[in-house]
Amino acid sequence: MSTITFGKAINEGLRRALADDDKVVLLGEDIGTLGGVFRITDGLKAEFGEHRVVDTPLSEAGIMGTAVGLAYRGFRPVVEIQFDGFVYPSFDQIVTQVAKLHYRSRGTVRMPLVIRIPFGGGIGAAEHHSESPEAYFTHTAGLRVVACSNPADAYVMIRQAIASDDPVVFLEPKRRYHVKGEVDLDASLADARPMGVATTVASGGDVTLVTYGALVQTARDAATAAAEDGVSIEVIDLRSLAPVDYATIEASVRRTGRLVVAHEAGEQGGVGAEIAASITERCFDWLEVAPVRVTGHDIPYPPAKLEQYHLPDLDRILDGVDRALGRPNSLSEVEA
Amino acid sequence: MTPSDREATGLLTRPDDLVRLLDQSGVRHASPEFDPWVADVDLDALIRLHRDMVVVRRLDSEATALQRQGELGLWPPLAGQEAAQIGSARALHDDDFVFSSYREHAIAWMRGVRPDELLSVWRGSAASGWDPYARRMAIPQIIIGAQTLHAVGWAMGARWEGTTSASIAYFGDGATSEGDVNEALVFASSFDAPVVFFCQNNGWAISEPVGLQSKQPLARRADGFGMPGIRVDGNDVLAVLAVTRWALERARRGEGPTFIEAVTYRMGPHTTADDPKRYRSDDDLAAWRERDPITRLHAHLAASGADIDAVDADVKEAADRAAAELRAGLTAIADPEPMSVFEHVYAEPNSHVERQKERFARYLAMFGDEDGGTA
Repeated sequence: MSTITFGKAINEGLRRALADDDKVVLLGEDIGTLGGVFRITDGLKAEFGEHRVVDTPLSEAGIMGTAVGLAYRGFRPVVEIQFDGFVYPSFDQIVTQVAKLHYRSRGTVRMPLVIRIPFGGGIGAAEHHSESPEAYFTHTAGLRVVACSNPADAYVMIRQAIASDDPVVFLEPKRRYHVKGEVDLDASLADARPMGVATTVASGGDVTLVTYGALVQTARDAATAAAEDGVSIEVIDLRSLAPVDYATIEASVRRTGRLVVAHEAGEQGGVGAEIAASITERCFDWLEVAPVRVTGHDIPYPPAKLEQYHLPDLDRILDGVDRALGRPNSLSEVEA
Repeated sequence: MTPSDREATGLLTRPDDLVRLLDQSGVRHASPEFDPWVADVDLDALIRLHRDMVVVRRLDSEATALQRQGELGLWPPLAGQEAAQIGSARALHDDDFVFSSYREHAIAWMRGVRPDELLSVWRGSAASGWDPYARRMAIPQIIIGAQTLHAVGWAMGARWEGTTSASIAYFGDGATSEGDVNEALVFASSFDAPVVFFCQNNGWAISEPVGLQSKQPLARRADGFGMPGIRVDGNDVLAVLAVTRWALERARRGEGPTFIEAVTYRMGPHTTADDPKRYRSDDDLAAWRERDPITRLHAHLAASGADIDAVDADVKEAADRAAAELRAGLTAIADPEPMSVFEHVYAEPNSHVERQKERFARYLAMFGDEDGGTA
């Protein structure tokens, strides 16, 4: 076991993937000599060369489209989008090409791309640097969308994503990059938890709290705080947003009867909406109350000095738990 | 003058200042620069080029007719662009890879695509018609210009792997306004990718004249990206062959990308859903008919001593045979099974799609066999 940061864990995962398969190539802006703006690719160009770790022109569509061509040829490209809000210029290539070429070619063309996106807020960044665009991608058939929350998962999941023959949008919660954790660098992918399976990170019997990415730690903190208040929260780290591991959520909700979903992205049409609807369909007879969503507001991501009012924090999540439990909460008077 | 008023056959499609080896009367003109690239093209080879063009024109007219008969949902005719497509396709090596738009039926035909494979997409029976790796040609692209980046990525990989194969990206004049095409030019130049950008400037992007896309010849853009740009008479199959060979050899030698602008004309509609009478003049069409790629090569063959009666008989037989194959191919296309809508969404198992598939199968099963339910 090594104690390393979340960022270093991805770096080590990329290093391992580059070493294991010479068809793996990394492409992105500033990822070579600089090692990426977050240093996630630090040292990899020096180790593997400029044709394995490719500094590209400043052009997201260019990166994504050439990665499609490389995949056509049998490469396994790993694309770095520098920040979440910069993915949109490449959106067309992602949704019309990356996502659909396997289907359109009737299975003859594989698109084993990984699209790494540092996502989410909480680091006091400038505009376009803190967004949560995951719902755009979960709505697109052909893509897998995952979000890891801790160094051990980051190390394994980036390797799983690269090994997958499907395109994977790989969301990295950037405010977790410097958090340390234990990572088994000798971990075998064969023994690892599959990328599409959720993890129950805290057990509880009163409420099921589902989240992903940076909010997993906030949710765990909420569970700890609630326990002091006599409320037992089961926290599920979703890990895969498309497809969602409903079996894990269903099993939990059938025990707790209550569901809270939390994410930084806006409420409307979000991952939380999807999970709330699906769990309602699947667990209606077990639910004691309608599912509760705790999300970012449906606003453009606000200036840094306001982001604390946008992002769900421990207290907003606990307020959502109170709504699920029918305890006094921020909406009590409104609903009354 | 508004952009839409600009004369479509002005500077941007005027067939002068072009590489041309056969003029519209079929007279061969010398070109010290490009004659060597077609020095091996003897009379027999010219006859084959002529036959190729006649055959694909016939295939195109047959497919257009099939659409009118309701057998195809849509068809984008290539009529007028035979020389641009046949000339460039004949320049390719087997190990080169084609990334095309949706009008390159002649390229597909030259790459060995079968009639049923060619028609299945337009019939609405399949998402794609052929195995790209078997034909060395990607499935056609509808999103304008997106394939140019794929060609560049493929070529970058070819170079990194130390091969001498090249890719070629086909796109139209309208595509040059797309960001993807410009980004493809940047990447190709930056990485010296062995790729040929083959722009078929056919005058029109549906109803928009090329003058709306550009105020100067498209090939001039190449200079800004640091690669050679060359304009060729796209209705001169010999010149297109020469220029494309030259560009592909540059790519193979590691000298990077080339931009070819083949100036041609789309004689028919954009697709069978289009009505070009609304936006272009009869005079324009008539002027381009005089520059027809097939009649000029036919005139050249006649003047070169070919047994023109034998040529005509041969191409008629070849075109009739191809047309018959096309119609036979159409009948070989089976309607897809309902449950096949779920196939190939993902390469690996996906719980979400599997659940929907299972549910839809149960739904279809309610109808038994009487309503086509096969689940």
